[in-house]
Order: sequence, then structure tokens, then C-alpha cells
Amino acid sequence: MADGSGPGRMTLSGVVLAGLILILIVALLYLFIAQPYWFPTLASEHGGRIDSLFMAVLVVSGIAFVLVQGALGFFIARYGENGGERAAYWHDNPKAEAFLLITTAVILTVLVFMGQRVWASIYFADAPANATIVEITGEQFSWNFHYPGPDGQFGRTDTKLITNTNSIGLDRDDPAAKDDIVTSNVMHAPIGKPVRVRLRSKDVIHSFFLPNFRVKQDAVPGMGIEVWFTPTKAGQYEIACAELCGIAHYRMRAALTVDESQDAFNKWLEEAGK
Amino acid sequence: MSELHAADHAHHEMGFLHKYVFSTDHKIIGIQYLITAMAMAVVGGLLSMLMRYQLAWPQGVSPIMAKIFPVAYNGGLMEPGFYISLVTMHGTIMVFFLFTAVLLGGFGNFLIPLQIGARDMAFPFLNALSYWIFLLSCIVIFSALFVTSGAPMGGWTAYAPLSAVPAAAPGQATGMTLWITAIALFSVSGLMGGLNYITTILTMRTRGMSMMRLPLATWSLLVTSILGLLAFPVLLGAGLLLMFDRMGGTSFFVPAGIIMNQMPIDHSGGHPLLWQHLFWFFGHPEVYIVVLPAMGMASDILSAFCRKPIFSYRMMVYSMVAIAVLSFVVWGHHMFVSGMNPFLGSVFTLTTLLIAVPSAIKTFNWLGTVWGARIRFTPAALFALGFVSMFVSGGLSGVFLGTSAADIQLQDTYFVVAHFHLVMAIAPLFAAFAGIYFWFPKMFGRFMNPTLGKIHFWFTFIGAYCVFFPMHVIGIGGQMRRIYDPTQYMFLQPQQPVNVFISISAFVLGSAQLIFLFNFFFSIFGGRVAERNPWHATTLEWIAPTPPGHGNFGEELPTVHRWPFDYSVPGEREDFVPQTVPATVTAQH
Repeated sequence: MADGSGPGRMTLSGVVLAGLILILIVALLYLFIAQPYWFPTLASEHGGRIDSLFMAVLVVSGIAFVLVQGALGFFIARYGENGGERAAYWHDNPKAEAFLLITTAVILTVLVFMGQRVWASIYFADAPANATIVEITGEQFSWNFHYPGPDGQFGRTDTKLITNTNSIGLDRDDPAAKDDIVTSNVMHAPIGKPVRVRLRSKDVIHSFFLPNFRVKQDAVPGMGIEVWFTPTKAGQYEIACAELCGIAHYRMRAALTVDESQDAFNKWLEEAGK
Repeated sequence: MSELHAADHAHHEMGFLHKYVFSTDHKIIGIQYLITAMAMAVVGGLLSMLMRYQLAWPQGVSPIMAKIFPVAYNGGLMEPGFYISLVTMHGTIMVFFLFTAVLLGGFGNFLIPLQIGARDMAFPFLNALSYWIFLLSCIVIFSALFVTSGAPMGGWTAYAPLSAVPAAAPGQATGMTLWITAIALFSVSGLMGGLNYITTILTMRTRGMSMMRLPLATWSLLVTSILGLLAFPVLLGAGLLLMFDRMGGTSFFVPAGIIMNQMPIDHSGGHPLLWQHLFWFFGHPEVYIVVLPAMGMASDILSAFCRKPIFSYRMMVYSMVAIAVLSFVVWGHHMFVSGMNPFLGSVFTLTTLLIAVPSAIKTFNWLGTVWGARIRFTPAALFALGFVSMFVSGGLSGVFLGTSAADIQLQDTYFVVAHFHLVMAIAPLFAAFAGIYFWFPKMFGRFMNPTLGKIHFWFTFIGAYCVFFPMHVIGIGGQMRRIYDPTQYMFLQPQQPVNVFISISAFVLGSAQLIFLFNFFFSIFGGRVAERNPWHATTLEWIAPTPPGHGNFGEELPTVHRWPFDYSVPGEREDFVPQTVPATVTAQH
């Protein structure tokens, strides 16, 4: 590449700034390869696909980051002012520009397709028929979980029936509601079986966030939104609200227990229904 | 306006009030915007310091704060509602009242007539009116901090129904009303400015100043003004609808059957997502309203201190236009998990990654500019280089968020906070600092102190990365935005040391800005006197006297003969050729 009339000079400012950029690159590599802090432990089936997609984007953008910041740092260190020496005079290179444009576009197109495969597998696939169905209603500032009980039928709900003790307005006169189970801030699901979640909100927008399951879906008043996922690891997990919903948003927290077996889950349902 | 008449103007003596306060001179209005926005930045910055203190030590009792803010720190602990107000006010002030105001209002006003060789804006009175309405909007938003029931608590995005129903949170009563009022006034002010800039650039360029000879700062301000003219009416309209929902009994954004505090809310038929669509239809172009002028200014400054022409001027212009067009079709990437039809998620992923292409082109072109340069490391040059680094760091994380499936986990976490701060706050901040150090001599006729400027840069560069880079990591760890106390969640507790590190870095970063403020205000009166073209730059503002008088260019307007980037032209005696020098001897590009 055509240089100026001389070699340029390494200046103190240039070297320091380049050094800082180098430290930045090293910090990036440390944080994203050694991963001292990382995603919450994975506990769902589709979450693996999201995590690998993240890693693919990370590799591509990580390489771009190192190359671009590295080149910037190198030029900054290398091309400082040097007496009366002139800079290079060139300002176009259609071939290089076309090459970079097409390369970028191709890489991004590949990422779009990779991403859309994962997106489609999550959102365009219906939940399997054997899924456990839970209706979840967010409110300021708790999560209500509604299970249909042994009959598999959800009882009728009506916002007019909402009281302090009937948080979702379940119509207890409806025969289908007799065996329904409603809990506050406590959710259970059996391992290995899809969970189909119907999200509603009583007041403002909340967001149903299961960090370990790579599930996040807003609960919007006036809408019923469905998502589904399959837990793959038994244990205790946290449910968070991820959308600002008012003063106690920060503690709109619930617990999800993934039971070791369908029996354990049924047993819990029975207990909770008493 | 005839030349003679203009010259007359230049010698006309004006009183202090008319000259510096109720002025219709674009330079004074620009400086008024700049200083008002700096005052707002101090407020917005202090609010973020309180937030960072809270996030690092969420359960620490602070008797000092209890003395200063007896209501907000009842018993020495911050009230959770106050924290949400801080989030809301910090975001609102920084996005609108700092960045939009400083880049469009400040630099837009100051630079456009000077860079195109005009005596003033097309509509000087409208221009002054734009500033005064902006000032009014600043006063309204500032007053929202002192409402007894609480400052607004809806976040800067003001999602309905939280923003539409006053009972949703204490600050959503009077505080939110003031918020909407301020934003509406701000939109009106922005529209007046934008109309003015577009007319001025299109009709008032001096002889020879063809569109493809405009400096990139002016190009970016033109494109940005068009964006603003198309986007701000949507915000204004949405704000008015929100006001109607709150006060007029309408239901644009609130559906039937809402219950708050066991009380039914009397609305029916509205849709909460309508607000999000309207807000982000404005909101995403708004990102580029902030980013584009930063890109334009950084390009010009980079070229001037690299002593080398900008690489691929044409592609710089085309990519700006491409970004502007695409910015209107990407808004849905803010809404991947909002309950919007997931098919739209696919569409918006495609358009979003598409907009990364022109952004990447610009980055390559900045690298091409620095390659083979002879960089003069002034504070302005350092900040322009810092801009490129910050823009790259912030831009690349956008690829994760634009990929809808990866966004599921990252949406509403600190990964998003890291991304948008780097790309639309820190990068534009660096460009604005570069712009201030660069054009300060033209504004005030004096230099800012370069040593203090460099110290300011080093602290700001290191501080900004230490604050915002680790945020990606705690975002990956799942930490949600806008939460008052991350330690409430067990899965977030292990990464609390990172929050402490970020907060300490934030205090350093914040304190470093005092160096800048001192340097700025001290140098207005005590800085070294600057000559006409201290940086040996090529564009027209450096032909004008320092500081330019009323009418900018003395008796005769300059004539333009070449593009704005003739640095280090082989065979020329000097390493720069101003735009006014006729093309005679040199080999032309």
C-alpha cells in the first residue's frame, strides 16, 4: 500500500492508546474464553440451541473485534506525526470496498439464516400434545400459576371475581374449576416433559424470565401469549420479571422447581390442591 | 440578502441581551444549545452516579444521603421508587436533552452555515424559537425531579400501560404528565430546527459548494435532520395519544379488564403494543439521529488530524443515506419478545443485520483513513479515534441483539445496557468531545488547554471501557435492567463484585468530566488566543474570522473550488488545501 513520503513515527500518545486497545483485546479474550462469569446453568432443551447460536455470533464478532480494534491500534501506534513528513494521499479503492461490502453482507446473511433456524424451532413449532399446561398471570408484583388439575380443564376466570384471596378471579362455581390449583410465586414442572405456558397480565407489562431455561416472554395485559420449553435438569430455579413494571419490579421473583419425575410433580400438585 | 447589506450587519452594534441572549445568530444559538445541554448532562450524569452507588451497595445504609435527600433516602436506604425515577430521568435527559440537543442543536446550528458558506440559517427567528422551546422543555423535565408524588417512573421508553395509568406507580401521576409535556415540547423544538437545517443546506450553499463537496459533518446533519423531520412527529403524536389516555378518557394503549390495587381501571379497546410500535418507530431513527452526526463530525476531525483525506467519501455519504433509510424498518428488533407476531421477528432480524453493512463500511473507511496517516495527537484527534473504537465495540454487540433467537436471553439485561451505552452514548459522547475540542477555538476565539484535554481523554477512555465492557458479562449472567437491587436474586449474587467494579469505574469516569468542565469554562476567558485556522483544516469555517462575526464571512462569501479533504496533496507547498483554493496546479482526485 502506498505510504507517505517517510516511515511515520511512534509517538507517546499513539503507543499508549494502542497499548490500551491491546489491553482491551486481551480483556475481551479473557472474559469470553475463560468465562469467569457466564450464562446461568442451562436447564432446558431449546436453550442449548440458543447458547450455540450465541457462541457462533461470538466467534464471528470476536474475530471482527480483534481484527478491527487491532488494526486501529496498530495504525495509531505506527502512523504518528513525524516532522514535516506527509501522510499518504489515497482515498479510494473500489475493489477493496466492494470486497469488504460483499464479505460483510455474506457473513451477516449466514448469521441471519443460522439465527432464524433457531428462532423458527422455538416459535414456529407447536408444543407437543403431552405438554403440561400452566396459565401464568403477572401482577404488580407477583406471578400467579394456574394448573388445570386432574380433569385437564381450566376453570373459567373473570377479572370481576378478583379479590385478595382469589388472585386470578377463578370462578369456583364452574365445575371445571373445582380441581384447579392456583399458586402464588411457586411453580413446578416435571423433568423431560414440555411445559406450555400461557402468559397474561392483570395490570402492566411484565416479562416472564427463566434465566436457566433461556425463556423470556413479555406478559401483556389484554393478550394471551404462549411459549413452551422442556426442562432437562431437576432442581430449584428462579423466575424473574424482566420488564419494568413499577416500584417493586426488582423483587417480582418466583421459584420454579423442576421435579425429578412425573410422580413427584403429581404429588406436589396434590399437596398444593389441598 | 445582498453582500453590502450583510457587511452592514457585521458592523452593527448590538446590546448584550440582543447579542448573547435573545440572539437569532446561528452561532450564538448553537452555543446556547451546547451549554444548556452540558448543564442537563451534569444533571443526567449525577443521577447515574446515584444509580451506580445503589447497584454496587444495594443494602448499604448511607446517613449522608439521608441528610441530603431525606425523602428519597428514608432512613438512609434508597427508596425503590426513587431508583426507577433515576433510571427514567437519566435515560430521558441523556437521550434527548444531552445527545440530540448537543449534536443537532449545538453543532448543527454552529456548523451548518459556516461549513456551507452561508451568513446564517434560512429562518433565523424559527431557529431562536427552537432554542427557547428547547429550554422550556428542559425546565419542564427538570421540574419533574421535584414532584412530591415522585418523578416519572416509566423508563425513558414509557411503555404503556405503566405510563398510561397514573395509578400504576407514584411517579406516573404528575411526574409522568410533566415527562410527556417535556417530550412534546422537545419534539416541536426539534422539528423547527430540522426544517431549518434542511432548507439551509439545500438552498443556501455558497458558489461552488456542490452536494458532493459538503464536509461529512454537514452531510450527516442533513441526513439526520430528515430523519428527525420524519421521526419526531411520530413521537409527538404518540405522546399526545398517551396524554389523551391519561386525561381524556380515551383508550389507545390500555385494554379492557385491567386491575390495579384490586381496583378495576376504566378503559377498553386499547393495545399496549401500539405504544411500543409508535415509540420505536421514532426510537430507532432516534438512535441514528444521535449516531450519524457523531459519525460525520468524527470523520472530518479524523481526516484533519490524520492529515489524510477521508477514505471513500462517496461511500461515507451513501452509507449514511442507507443507514437513514434502513433505520425506519428495524424498530421491531426492540420487540422480539414483546408478544409481537414471531414472523415479524424474522423480518426485523433480516433488516437489522442489513443495517450493519453500511455501519461496517463506515468503520472500514475510518481504518482506511488512519492507515498511512501522520496523526497529530491533539485532544480532538484522540477523542475521534476513541469514537471509532467505542463504535466498533458497541456495534458488534448489536449483532447478538439483532439476532432474534440470541436476543431472547439477552433482551432487557445489562448486555443491552452495555450495547446501547457504547454505541449511542459513549461513541457520540466521544465525537461530541472531539467536536468541542476541535471547534472551540472557532466558537470562542481561544484554545482549550491541550494537556488538560489529554488527561480528560485518558480518564474518559479507560473509564468508559471499565464501566461498559463488564456490563456485557453481567448481562450474559442474566442481570436485568432497571432493577433496584440485583442481590435479590440468588443467581445474580456471585457477580456482585463486577457491579462494585463498574460503580467505582463510573465514579472515576464521572469525576474526570470535571476536568473537562473546568477546562471549557476557564478557556472561554483564559485560554490561549487562537488564530483563524489553528488546525490547518480545509473546510469553510476555518476561512471565517475567529470567532466569526455576525454574517460569518465579512464582505464577500467564499467560493468553493474543491472537496473538503485535500490533506497532504502531493506537490502542494502546504499539507492542506482549503476548499476555497482554485484547482490549478495539483493533480486532482
